[in-house]
Amino acid sequence: MKALRKFIDKQKPHFQKGGKFHWLESTFDGFETFLFVPNTVTTKGAHIRDSIDMKRTMIVVVLATLPALLFGMWNVGYQHFLSLGETTDFWQNIGYGALKIVPIIIVSYAVGLGIEFYFAQIKGHEINEGYLVTGMLIPLIVPPDIPLWILAVAVAFAVIFGKEVFGGTGMNVVNPALVARAFLFFAYPGDMSGDKVWIADKADTFSGATPLGNALVGNFNHFHSFSDMFMGYIPGSVGETSTLMILIGAAILLFTGIASWRVMVSVFAGGLIMGLLFNWWGANEYMNLPAYYHLVMGGFAFGAVFMATDPVTSAQTSRGKYIYGFLVGMIAILIRVFNPAYPEGMMLAILLMNVFAPLIDHYVVESNIKKRLKRLKVVVNS
Amino acid sequence: MSAETKEREPLFSAKNMKLVTKPLNMDNPITVQVLGICSALAVTAKLKPAIVMSISVMVVLAASNVVVSLLRNGIPQRIRIIVQLVVIATMVILVDQVLKAFVYDISKQLSVFVGLIITNCILMGRLEAFAMGNKPWPAFLDGIGNALGYGLILIIIAFFRELLGSGTIFDIHVIPQAFYDLGYKNNGLMILPPMALITVGVIIWIQRNRNRDLIEK
Repeated sequence: MKALRKFIDKQKPHFQKGGKFHWLESTFDGFETFLFVPNTVTTKGAHIRDSIDMKRTMIVVVLATLPALLFGMWNVGYQHFLSLGETTDFWQNIGYGALKIVPIIIVSYAVGLGIEFYFAQIKGHEINEGYLVTGMLIPLIVPPDIPLWILAVAVAFAVIFGKEVFGGTGMNVVNPALVARAFLFFAYPGDMSGDKVWIADKADTFSGATPLGNALVGNFNHFHSFSDMFMGYIPGSVGETSTLMILIGAAILLFTGIASWRVMVSVFAGGLIMGLLFNWWGANEYMNLPAYYHLVMGGFAFGAVFMATDPVTSAQTSRGKYIYGFLVGMIAILIRVFNPAYPEGMMLAILLMNVFAPLIDHYVVESNIKKRLKRLKVVVNS
Repeated sequence: MSAETKEREPLFSAKNMKLVTKPLNMDNPITVQVLGICSALAVTAKLKPAIVMSISVMVVLAASNVVVSLLRNGIPQRIRIIVQLVVIATMVILVDQVLKAFVYDISKQLSVFVGLIITNCILMGRLEAFAMGNKPWPAFLDGIGNALGYGLILIIIAFFRELLGSGTIFDIHVIPQAFYDLGYKNNGLMILPPMALITVGVIIWIQRNRNRDLIEK
């Protein structure tokens, strides 16, 4: 560790003003602060300081996604061999899955970070850390068979139009990972929906429909069991199948205090209540599906834990977070059941509520001001 | 008399030509004045309708600019908007009938958007801002210039949307089959209107990067 520190200190002058690589200053700074907590201190004004900075925060989120990622690797292999009718052991499944997913992760990071570094360099900014998480989330929400060039285009689109045009990390209105997914969904529907894409290189005779796909066409005879869906033994996007692994990630996020429990809880509550409402209505078979099934199907849990809780794009006020999360959950189920064109409503629900989050905050703050003004008047009058 | 003819400007004086060239870049109706965005989203999925639309707008705009400019001293201030609308509506109906008679297919593709030229903000904007206060010839040039600026942006957008969205230019396949065999696919999002908005955004981005004085403080 010391040797590394020494090495970096020795290289530093080259990258500062006047050094021969001064045009790479942002890049150098990015790597240095990635490896070591920066030793700069705030010089002006009073700040509440925490030992954890942006990069450390982001790393915790990446760690929290690891259970889902590792399970996803295994599941990609498992589903593939299942469709071929072969029985394989644990390591064969993991190996096959890794072969599929590691390139996706590499492409996601290479393209995304490349663009981030480029923008930071021409603006002369520090490099934004935000992409560390986005780059991990994107591979988890795409099907395992996604062509890599399409993924690269989507990542570039998401980073440039989802984030950089608004001013980089912390300024974006909508979640960049979901922008990437939405782009894929609308631009290349053949690779993002239907029942052919969710199992890597599956045999033609094997039905690769996800529970959502089955539910949509009313195929409830061969429906996956609740425990299968909870454990994640179902076809789907890489990291979203296993609710159990996502809950482990949620535990890490909540324990470290990085994600908001208010958002998570209210998303699940919103989904459950909407499901119950549909149960009560019961106009067709999809509506009669037990409400708790909705929470483990598709990307609902993943979206609730990793996407809706994004501190930048979710509502900022406590009361706003309840409203925001609740509406995300409700709208997700609503889209799922009502709109046959969009089998997975979670993505669209979160994107929609991202846009509305500032409005929710605005009214929460306004109502708070009004409440306190009333209190003030009472004091003055008496 | 002779003094007056001396003062009269030549038809293609530098000042008059500016009326045509300025809207192409520094005063572009779409990217700088931000007028006529709706039709830029609606008709740019393919190049052909975009070009026909640009020509229609040019005819309507130039003609109504001239007519309103001729009438400008006789129009009472209070009802000028109505008079302008009547003029525009007349021109639009004429253009619409011509399109229906000669290029029926494209007229069908453009559907209501030809009719909606009436509400195209560029028209009202130019009539109010220019034709009401200028002579017919400058007003004509102003109409041509603004329509050209509008058409230029429309055609740029339509070019990229058709190329990336359908793989064609003027309905002729330009992306070789070998690309598709390698796994290339058309971008379905390009066909959808939101992508036109983003393309407009990119054009504005590039334009302001090149002309720094367009950037708002």
